Amino acid sequence: MTRVLIVGNGPSAHRLAETLTTRGFAGSVTILGEEPRGAYDRVALTSYLTEDRDLAYPEIPGVAVLVDTRVVSIEPAAKTVNGTIPYDVLVLATGSAPFVPPVPGRELDGCHVYRTIDDLDAIRASAKTATAGVVVGGGLLGLEAADALRGLGLKTHIVEMSPWLMPRQVDEGGGAVLKKHVESLGLTVHTSSGVTRIEGDDRVTGLLTPDRGVIDAQIVVFSAGIRPRDELARGAGLQVGERGGIVVDDGMRTSDPSIFAIGECALHDGQIYGLVAPCMTMAEVAADRIMGGAAAFTGADLSTKLKLLGVEVAQFGAMAGALDVTYLDPVAGVYKKLFVSDDASTLLGGICVGDAAPYATLRSFVGSELPAAPSDLLFSPTAVELPGDAPVCSCNNVTKNDVTAAIKEHDLTDVAGVKACTRAGTTCGSCLPLLKKILTESGVDTGSGLCEHFAHSRAELFTIVQVRGITTFTQLIDEHGTGRGCDICKPVVASILASLHNGHVLEGEQAALQDTNDHFLANLQKNGTYSIVPRIPGGEITPEKLIVIGEVARDFGLYTKITGGQRIDLFGARVEELPRIWRRLVDAGFESGHAYGKALRTVKSCVGSTWCRYGVQDSVTLAIDLELRYRGLRSPHKLKSGVSGCARECAEARSKDFGVIATEKGWNLYVGGNGGFTPRHADLLVQDVDTATLIRTIDRFLMFYIRTADRLQRTAAWLENLEGGLDRLREIVMDDALGICADLDAQMAAHIATYADEWRATLDDPVKLRRFVSFVNAPGTPDPSITFTTERDQIKPEILQVTSR
Amino acid sequence: MNWIPVCPLPDLLPERGACALIGDEQVAVFRAHDGSLYAIGNQDPFSGAYILSRGIVGTRNGEPTVASPMHKQVFSLTSGVCLDEPGTVIPTFPIRVTMGMVEVSVK
Repeated sequence: MTRVLIVGNGPSAHRLAETLTTRGFAGSVTILGEEPRGAYDRVALTSYLTEDRDLAYPEIPGVAVLVDTRVVSIEPAAKTVNGTIPYDVLVLATGSAPFVPPVPGRELDGCHVYRTIDDLDAIRASAKTATAGVVVGGGLLGLEAADALRGLGLKTHIVEMSPWLMPRQVDEGGGAVLKKHVESLGLTVHTSSGVTRIEGDDRVTGLLTPDRGVIDAQIVVFSAGIRPRDELARGAGLQVGERGGIVVDDGMRTSDPSIFAIGECALHDGQIYGLVAPCMTMAEVAADRIMGGAAAFTGADLSTKLKLLGVEVAQFGAMAGALDVTYLDPVAGVYKKLFVSDDASTLLGGICVGDAAPYATLRSFVGSELPAAPSDLLFSPTAVELPGDAPVCSCNNVTKNDVTAAIKEHDLTDVAGVKACTRAGTTCGSCLPLLKKILTESGVDTGSGLCEHFAHSRAELFTIVQVRGITTFTQLIDEHGTGRGCDICKPVVASILASLHNGHVLEGEQAALQDTNDHFLANLQKNGTYSIVPRIPGGEITPEKLIVIGEVARDFGLYTKITGGQRIDLFGARVEELPRIWRRLVDAGFESGHAYGKALRTVKSCVGSTWCRYGVQDSVTLAIDLELRYRGLRSPHKLKSGVSGCARECAEARSKDFGVIATEKGWNLYVGGNGGFTPRHADLLVQDVDTATLIRTIDRFLMFYIRTADRLQRTAAWLENLEGGLDRLREIVMDDALGICADLDAQMAAHIATYADEWRATLDDPVKLRRFVSFVNAPGTPDPSITFTTERDQIKPEILQVTSR
Repeated sequence: MNWIPVCPLPDLLPERGACALIGDEQVAVFRAHDGSLYAIGNQDPFSGAYILSRGIVGTRNGEPTVASPMHKQVFSLTSGVCLDEPGTVIPTFPIRVTMGMVEVSVK
């Protein structure tokens, strides 16, 4: 029986043992690890500090793991380690050690590296008495460490020798955008700088830079690169590289045929790999060779996509080319660049900061012909069809063909199934959008595209319209869709254009996008007539206005009903009567109540502390203020709100999209409530806030919802599908975790500043008024098909003849 | 053929309909994005309401369509066939422009 001994218990070792076991390896597998715990996910190290996540990998049945066992020697001739433990096959998976530059003071208390759970525990202990920290190194790991320090509540600095952050992944332009993101989170970035010495007697008190004086700090984390741990191999006389690393062949075998090396300690073809994906591949190749196979490691794609400090960063292929296409949006903090050959036909590589959506698709086109115009690739990468041999998941080496075959063989219908069957998407997750796309291509309806005219979701279209500054449907569908649209995509685009630009919904080409309700600014009823709802903010109305509504209803013979939202609905108006009815209402001081729109409907209120014996706050005034603030705001679906003046909750605020309940100290804000088909109580987002904070939070909540929700997705379903849920929403709108709050605030301010009553604007425009006729060739003639009978002293539509079978 | 004038062409907005009353017949007329004109019966066979002229105009697999504003069934503007329920067909009428005037023929 072959005895496999693995030295080191990191992710590569774990993957090797797992692969051997799942492939039915007949021998024994033993892992020796120097850490006091089992294998864990080093890639997610930061979440151990910031979220207290349990990173431990599941135990592998049948594999013996010895923790706290440091290997100090190998005896290749005797085939033993530490002089006693025998092996038939030895695998070195010793990983790497952080490089600490030889600066004076590096041994002081408060100096750390960032590699193991023990390191993190030590950082956490130091942080208890610290107020500021410095990370030396602004690469990938350095930013991770900086995020961890920030998560521990420290004022955080990053010192980087290069002129910009992450110099191995992004160019200068991307670095500038990245720096802005990082600084917006309150971190201080010192680029083109270095370390002269660490200050302090026995504890760190600061870090002296050559050019910027002393940075006060009680913690220093070195993250200036890694060095492969090859000392055991050297001691055993194995061949190592000039600058470190255990030399291996394509089968991961060292200069001793019984000894393999995998992961960050291995030197393959002059290259050390510090990324998880190639290390996993090495583990699988070694497993195959140990079992007599002929698998080969032939180098790896060094593309990376990751999310650091809330910012997506991706790099693939080359970082230079004869030509490049760059997109920069400094406001949104997005930078995308593609490098192409001098004849603009071949994709050489690309860089993304702030939005890494193009990464998953485009990475597989590196070195081949561009599948579409570069600008389309930057904006709508998922519209591109992948070749069958394109790698979809490079972490687990899965191609599109593998995924397609698995979908067919196992009748897979969702991404979860693909993940389970192929392992694709189980490591870094960046290929999940691609898996969804392949499912769709295989005929599985995943519901991502809006309709046959757009392969994009509503949220994607919103981003396209926003970042490209598109103002017409025609431009959008010409450049990003096919055909001429339908009753699904046109109202969606109409809503997006209205949310972003807030012009009149019947202006120019937009008129052709509107559903009949928005087109006639009234609600279509079953017999072809319309109903009219004037705005009654907060449900408060004067007797004079109430009388006007009564008079209008009487004069036009309209059926009158009180709505659930504390308003009055007038039914039975013909198209040609609408402008005359509005004229009467507008002259009396009314405006559109947007009952016809996917927009804010009402803010319902109880009578509040002004009259109520129990009320603790003035709910009516707040309800009116909110309704007037958000009136006319177009959104993915209708929005309802309520304000209650005390905890008795007479306004039923918790059944609303956003509901406010008064407390002794201020206001509680609840979001994501719903009545309707699937009732849901709203969740408490913030508690006891003052009015200014309340309004700012609602502003951001609404704008974030408008940006990211699907078509006709109410806030309840949106919140339930939001990654990270309510906590994430709170981070985004309260702590500005995405750095978008200023943008959301500005968008809401623009909406409020440009609001105009749609009824009045239509009455003032003779061209728009011309549409309000039943018959284009007989403008004065009413529609003879519309007739009424009487019920309880009001009109009632006569039943129409249905002619379909 | 008996052509009845309906309205000047500029009164028809691209990708929006209008209704003409010709005798007792309600005819919905449409102007597509490419300028072509269509005329169909205005009655929605599923609800009985005379409203098809107020539907959203678009395409399905390249075919010009209108969706009923009542319950969103989609009809071909060229054949009158309901694409969601091909057993249901609504009338179509010849339509043309003469001297800037849209004209429809109803028998």
